[in-house]
Amino acid sequence: MTTVAAKPATMAQALTRALRDAMAADPGVHVLGEDVGALGGVFRVTDGLAAEFGEDRCTDTPLAEAGILGTAVGMAMYGLRPVVEMQFDAFAYPAFEQVVSHVTKMRNRTRGKMPLPLTIRVPYGGGIGGVEHHSDSSEAYYMATPGLHVVTPATVADAYGLLRASIASDDPVVFLEPKRLYWSKDAWNPQEPAPVEPIGRAVVRRPGRSATLITYGPSLVVCMEAAEAARAEGWDLEVVDLRSLVPFDDETVCASVRRTGRAVVVHESGSFGGPGGEIAARVTERCFHHLEAPVLRVAGFDIPYPPPMLERHHLPGVDRILDAVGRLQWEAES
Amino acid sequence: MTVMEQRGAYRPTPPPAWQPRTDPAPLLPDAEPYRVLGTEAAGQADPDLLRTLYARLVSGRRYNAQATALTKQGRLAVYPSSTGQEACEVAAALALEERDWLFPSYRDTLAVVARGVDPVEALTLLRGDWHTGYDPYEHRVAPLSTPLATQLPHAVGLAHAARLKGDDVVALAMVGDGGTSEGDFHEALNFAAVWQAPVVFLVQNNGFAISVPLAKQTAAPSLAHKAVGYGMPGRLVDGNDAAAVHEVLSDAVRHARAGGGPTLVEAVTYRVEAHTNADDATRYRGDAEVETWRRHDPIDLLQRELTERGLLDEDGVRAAREDAETMAADLRARMNQDPRLDPMDLFAHVYAEPTPQLREQRDLLRAELAAEAESGAAEGGHR
Repeated sequence: MTTVAAKPATMAQALTRALRDAMAADPGVHVLGEDVGALGGVFRVTDGLAAEFGEDRCTDTPLAEAGILGTAVGMAMYGLRPVVEMQFDAFAYPAFEQVVSHVTKMRNRTRGKMPLPLTIRVPYGGGIGGVEHHSDSSEAYYMATPGLHVVTPATVADAYGLLRASIASDDPVVFLEPKRLYWSKDAWNPQEPAPVEPIGRAVVRRPGRSATLITYGPSLVVCMEAAEAARAEGWDLEVVDLRSLVPFDDETVCASVRRTGRAVVVHESGSFGGPGGEIAARVTERCFHHLEAPVLRVAGFDIPYPPPMLERHHLPGVDRILDAVGRLQWEAES
Repeated sequence: MTVMEQRGAYRPTPPPAWQPRTDPAPLLPDAEPYRVLGTEAAGQADPDLLRTLYARLVSGRRYNAQATALTKQGRLAVYPSSTGQEACEVAAALALEERDWLFPSYRDTLAVVARGVDPVEALTLLRGDWHTGYDPYEHRVAPLSTPLATQLPHAVGLAHAARLKGDDVVALAMVGDGGTSEGDFHEALNFAAVWQAPVVFLVQNNGFAISVPLAKQTAAPSLAHKAVGYGMPGRLVDGNDAAAVHEVLSDAVRHARAGGGPTLVEAVTYRVEAHTNADDATRYRGDAEVETWRRHDPIDLLQRELTERGLLDEDGVRAAREDAETMAADLRARMNQDPRLDPMDLFAHVYAEPTPQLREQRDLLRAELAAEAESGAAEGGHR
């Protein structure tokens, strides 16, 4: 077997490849959403799928998110594996009733007789200069709804592996795609497109001893940058990429915090009632005696997502993360 | 110039090749609800079908009465009675083939039972021991939906999926008059029409959404008229005429199965009882109105027709009532048994595999139950 060298690929390309491979492997996998056909999605993630698999497998729907998800529920009831695209985070809200009233409950309501294997792809987050309603981070809503898996990749390899795992899951998955990482590139081997990761495992992206940055999705890149910058100040930061918000990998997160004794949770969505509060509480409950400082949160402000010309002030950046690390008040490293 | 005077200017100028996709005229419902009983059309109706419908109506009426009684005994948390609407319930279920699917709303227990679901299992949601008591795949009945109209897109998706798989399955989706105001109603009908999905939408217009009368619900000429805007036929039928409902629904099912796409049927009926046992209907309607509808009772209409045609005698009426009593006695007896509950079931069906977080909570409940059992044993087995 010839080895194909890894080449740079974008997250969007990896997602397309994951959809294509899943559709080729299982005729029950159907993609549906607004603009997913001829256009290939507004982010081109479904590019070429309608041409390759036909319009019955990759379907342009009427513009109606509740209808898209609601019909996908019926398709899943009949044994298909629908993958729906919600186009933009805030566009998914009309479908929220379907999410909370049906998608997340059908297995439970029917005592396991009617599981719903469907994947809801939601491009989310800011940093792309989008206007109002195009940059929300809606993960807390989904996290608060039992019955869903909530997954978000931050690397090209994970985009492939986690989307394949999500489509293969017998439970509904909200697959949050960090918009601003769509065009980020990693070396990636399209011949062997990364192992399909089981949902629910966090990973240490960068080992360190001084403190742990706990993050996911769009904020991973910022945290990695912050960790590099922190070296100049003598701080050796560990970075944990959650990858899955539900289920939550307490084990990996807590093992890291026990090693470092300090933690900062970083995400774009608001702080109050946001994912960071849950994560900080979990870490505190489990690692209290290992902590040298309170678990801090660096998050978006508790405001409606700001207009694009102001979004840089809202999004957690390197400096805000380093300031938080500074507030961890540790003794000088020897 | 006023906005009204400008109105014509809003109409887009069609390009030369523009054609209306569908001629609206054949889609329009009749001005009056379609009737069979008491008309010449009744002569065409199959006597066996009419007798079956009659037996099911009598049984359904008794079921409603029994379930309502069970709420007074505390055996059911709540029961939305379909008394007066039995013809819609029964005829809808009987219009389907075994391979078809029913998507019921919360008031449609009779349709669920008519599909073959055990009467006790059909009531678990209302009893409170679990949400859906039956296996949806066994009789192809989706869970009773409490949110309004949200089950309609499911019916569309299932019917669409069946057609993609090459199965000639039809989905029948039931909704009330209030449900037609919901966004999901619109989205479901629009998807069904665009996809030409084999779906039949049955609106049981029983006059009220809890307390709000139809006049405050819609300004449409009829609910069946809504079909035209989606490009599907709308049919208006007397919902208390079991033969008419069965005929119209059977036509719509046949049309869908043959690839003709969806139909919206409005069955005009009346909710004789209150919304549920918890509701006070005297606050929003008068006795005279209820009496008018009681005189247009679905069982009476059918019984008169059968009797006049010599298809039913006193023995037949008695036999139907006795069968209904047997059903009710069995329902009563079985509902009076306490359901067996396993608290660990709380965690059994959230995910295929419980998350680590749920496993922790499951262990907590298990420990609590063990402690309860132990203290119960210490107190001589009393709780």
